[in-house]
Amino acid sequence: MLDAKIPAGLLEQKWNYYKGHCKLVNPANKRKLEVIVVGTGLAGASAAASLGELGYKVKAFCFQDSPRRAHSIAAQGGINAAKNYQNDGDSVFRLFYDTIKGGDYRAREANVHRLAEVSVNIIDQCVAQGVPFARDYGGLLNNRSFGGTQVKRTFYAAGQTGQQLLIGAYQALERQVALGNVTMHSRHEMLEVVVIDGKARGIICRNLVTGELERHFGHAVLLCTGGYGNVFYLSTNAMGSNVTAAWKAHKKGAFFGNPCFTQIHPTCIPVSGDHQSKLTLMSESLRNDGRIWVPKQKGDKRKPNDIPEDERDYYLERRYPAFGNLVPRDVASRAAKERCDAGYGVGTTGQAVYLDFKYNLINKYGRAEANKLGIQNPDTDTLIRLGKEVVKEEYGNLFDMYEKITGENPYEVPMRIYPAVHYTMGGLWVDYELMTSVKGLYALGEANFSDHGANRLGASALMQGLADGYFVIPYTLGNYLADDIALKAIATDHPAFVEAEQSAADRIAKLMGIQGKQTVESFHKRLGKIIWDKCGMARSEKGLKEAIAEIQALKKEFWSDVRIPGIVNGMNPELDKAGRVADFIELGELMCLDALDRTESCGGHFREESQTDEGEALRNDEQFSYVAAWEHKAEHQWALHKEPLTFEVAKPSQRSYK
Amino acid sequence: MEHYTMNLTLKIWRQQNTQTPGRFETYPVKNISSEMSFLEMIDVLNEQLIKEGKDPVAFDHDCREGICGMCSMYINGRPHGPWQKNTTCQLHMRAYQDGDTITVEPWRANAFPVIKDLMVDRSAFDRIIQAGGYISVNTGSAVDANAIAVEKDHADAAFAAAACIGCGACVAACKNSSAMLFVSAKVSHLALLPQGSPERKTRSMNMVAQMDKEGFGACTNTGACEAVCPKGISIENIARLNREYMMTGLSDD
Amino acid sequence: MKWSEIFTSSVGKKWVMGLTGIFLVLFLIVHVGLNACIWAMDNGEMFNRAAHFMGSNAVPRILEVGLFAGFLLHMIQGWMLEWQNRSKRKQGYAVSMGNQGSKWYSRSMGILGTLLFLFLVMHINHFWVPSRITGLDAVTIDGKQYHDLYREMLTVFQNNPLVVGLYTLGCISLFWHLLHGFQSAFRTLGVTNPRYLAFIENTGLVFSLVVCTAFALMPISMYMGWVK
Repeated sequence: MLDAKIPAGLLEQKWNYYKGHCKLVNPANKRKLEVIVVGTGLAGASAAASLGELGYKVKAFCFQDSPRRAHSIAAQGGINAAKNYQNDGDSVFRLFYDTIKGGDYRAREANVHRLAEVSVNIIDQCVAQGVPFARDYGGLLNNRSFGGTQVKRTFYAAGQTGQQLLIGAYQALERQVALGNVTMHSRHEMLEVVVIDGKARGIICRNLVTGELERHFGHAVLLCTGGYGNVFYLSTNAMGSNVTAAWKAHKKGAFFGNPCFTQIHPTCIPVSGDHQSKLTLMSESLRNDGRIWVPKQKGDKRKPNDIPEDERDYYLERRYPAFGNLVPRDVASRAAKERCDAGYGVGTTGQAVYLDFKYNLINKYGRAEANKLGIQNPDTDTLIRLGKEVVKEEYGNLFDMYEKITGENPYEVPMRIYPAVHYTMGGLWVDYELMTSVKGLYALGEANFSDHGANRLGASALMQGLADGYFVIPYTLGNYLADDIALKAIATDHPAFVEAEQSAADRIAKLMGIQGKQTVESFHKRLGKIIWDKCGMARSEKGLKEAIAEIQALKKEFWSDVRIPGIVNGMNPELDKAGRVADFIELGELMCLDALDRTESCGGHFREESQTDEGEALRNDEQFSYVAAWEHKAEHQWALHKEPLTFEVAKPSQRSYK
Repeated sequence: MEHYTMNLTLKIWRQQNTQTPGRFETYPVKNISSEMSFLEMIDVLNEQLIKEGKDPVAFDHDCREGICGMCSMYINGRPHGPWQKNTTCQLHMRAYQDGDTITVEPWRANAFPVIKDLMVDRSAFDRIIQAGGYISVNTGSAVDANAIAVEKDHADAAFAAAACIGCGACVAACKNSSAMLFVSAKVSHLALLPQGSPERKTRSMNMVAQMDKEGFGACTNTGACEAVCPKGISIENIARLNREYMMTGLSDD
Repeated sequence: MKWSEIFTSSVGKKWVMGLTGIFLVLFLIVHVGLNACIWAMDNGEMFNRAAHFMGSNAVPRILEVGLFAGFLLHMIQGWMLEWQNRSKRKQGYAVSMGNQGSKWYSRSMGILGTLLFLFLVMHINHFWVPSRITGLDAVTIDGKQYHDLYREMLTVFQNNPLVVGLYTLGCISLFWHLLHGFQSAFRTLGVTNPRYLAFIENTGLVFSLVVCTAFALMPISMYMGWVK
């Protein structure tokens, strides 16, 4: 039933084989083919630009005021590539292997290998576009290590790698706009996929300024609309990040893959109160130099600097002596939650742990500097002063950001951090060609489920978005469109367009007609709390069942008591938000259903029923080595399709970081 | 950090759409925590307005971590508010005291027409980039990334210029509504790198021509743009653009 | 792109302002240098000789035409820029940014320039018109006849506190105008090196101070009777 269309042959030859054998569209025909790209982050902008360069007529859409604002821009750390510029033993195979293992053996081998292969081309492409990656004094590219890998393969541009990569892709996109190959529609939100004879042939979208619904035809539709982390209300996603496009596709027949695989990032600035609208990430790289601890005594209200060394519990170093503070994201997050739940949390809310730089500031950087300067037996103050200068160079912008938000100086006082939702590995199910289960409908980047399994490694999201957009879709889309060259553009008065527009209009009218008492925001907050509490870092059968019931009740309440002010035929941000929250509510239910169904623990999905005696995640390969692809049937009803995962090269083993 | 709550008076620019004239409305907000961000304070106001059956204030915002460049408020006479090198979304309420009155206006420039309330149309920036703010390299035609060495100083300077988030605060602050800081940041970013060199001439010419066409003013080096830039883009870039432009103009055939 | 468009674009217009500005700065150096001759305490002899040279030699006479052209270009372009720049924000702010990030004189080049223009009208009327058109008394030095421009200065300034006051105001306007204009011209011409920029800013400050103080002291010296 579910055919991933993985090419035959040896793993490392599959992609080459595919490229050599896929169908092509000749340049004259490309000009007749229209492609719709929804979303202009790394995946969308790179896809729209590349397809425009090839000669397709591309229409790109984004809800922001400019394609340059997509949330890829907020990625801090870097982008992986198997360049092995550092001569430290990296290779395509190692990047492939690390990604499969990091994903806790729940990703597709062929996709991941392809990702590792094209990673090297991405760096070449970005440098040619003028992305100012960090360089050393010889003028060549610099790398850093990231997220527990043993090689330095991460390319970076200070703490703004995502921004620089997105600007590169954005510029390539704008170049195609100038050349007339891409038409850009910003401040537009996709509300429906138009399916004609089983194939995606267009979209309905709302012009967010005028409120008008518009019909757009395309021979194929690409969804590059990012992840759904905002289902938790509080996440590191942008305020506008939403699941609507993916969810509409899902309701039109695209299967949703592994919705319960969400990533909780361990180092974020904790929630300060009910007013909080979003969370801010502090780069994972901080764990290289910060030590994480809580007081040994429950409910200790002393200031952190007043707590003596022997009354501090460096719990990661205690539990995982081999990896210490550098355990993978999922492990670090769960350990923080465990301490806070047990009553050792710090800060006003008790939902935070300390990330302390003092030790390394003094002993690592301070001493190294003192040695360089030839200072014998330096006192602590000198060491602190010297160390501070180095730390400032490494993390200055992050420390400043922390201080702006919290008003505390992290050079003096330990940072308070807590895990927060950051990325969703799950997404629309796609085959090897990135096509969803609806023909001609593709999903790229975070919007699809394909490459990260149950847990994503640091600096891999940017890599995947660009791989899909620059180097995968230009081939796989041609393979599909080659059969469509005879098809003329379908007029948008086709009944399928009319019907899709009507359905979008009806839903808007229904939302506006409720005129209840509660704000959209309040529903979103309540949804977020349910999901965070019961489908967050730890999940149990009982909790998930409760969550499903609560979400169903919330849905009813939403559709009978939400209050949306303003007008339909004009700008109305509350209406936009209401549509998104309505979709999040439905997705939330599916997430819980998926989490309930998968009784093993793997990666970011931790089922309390499935853990080792020491409280570590326990995978069950025999039963769960599959992708859960959910088909929407009716309200509250889904059918599960399983795509079995076979590991021919990277044999599954239990992860251990002790 | 001591936390406190405050009551404030907000004077906010309300405008239904581009065509209709706007006006200031005054709103009181109560129990604002010093830990809130400025936009969270506006969220509180909006929740209040919705409950009162009024139209909430429309404003642009997205990432709320100071990088997407979408937020754009002119707060008490300064784009992005009182803090240095900061965006509105990263401004926190501890910058204010109980009883303060805060006036919030949209970016004002003919080239940035108001769409609604505090939201303006900055698509002129996109069109300036379309005029030449890129390197013409098709996907797949790149050489190996380490084939071209870039002097570290140049790479660092290019990065500093490339840090621009395209928020438009420079235009909002400039008495001439000039977009020179934005344009020069892009021209500098690309001109400082060997990859950007082949298109240097046409780039500065075309981007400046587009900037003029969009209705931005000319630069008079007052430095207000640099002072409010959330990413600290230096006006040295403007001088570099001036040089690039004239070198091209004088050497062109 | 047409050649002429380079000078009509926003950047081109700034170049015109910068180049003419620097040209006028050079003129100021000559002007202040020559006028400083009044302090030679020789009853205006050196000054009158210098003035004569400037008025009779072909080179300065040709340069004079250029000078007028430079002034005109600088003024007309300046006013046009000011007017165009002001028109770019039809709806103004309720709360102005004031001095947060820019200096008042940087924002007031148009007004300062207009004040300087008014000053210039008066100044030309006082000295250039009589010396070139309506005629001046003659003085004989070493058997040769010279225009007694020095005497004309004394006439204008000696018993005329209002004129002295206006000249002083003119010099103050010039100071602020130069303080921004000097360094701004070099930025416009493309100086990006921070070391050079710092040097230029300091030079600009010293230049503005010295030149404007010297100019202001001339009428004051005559009014106070320091030179006779």
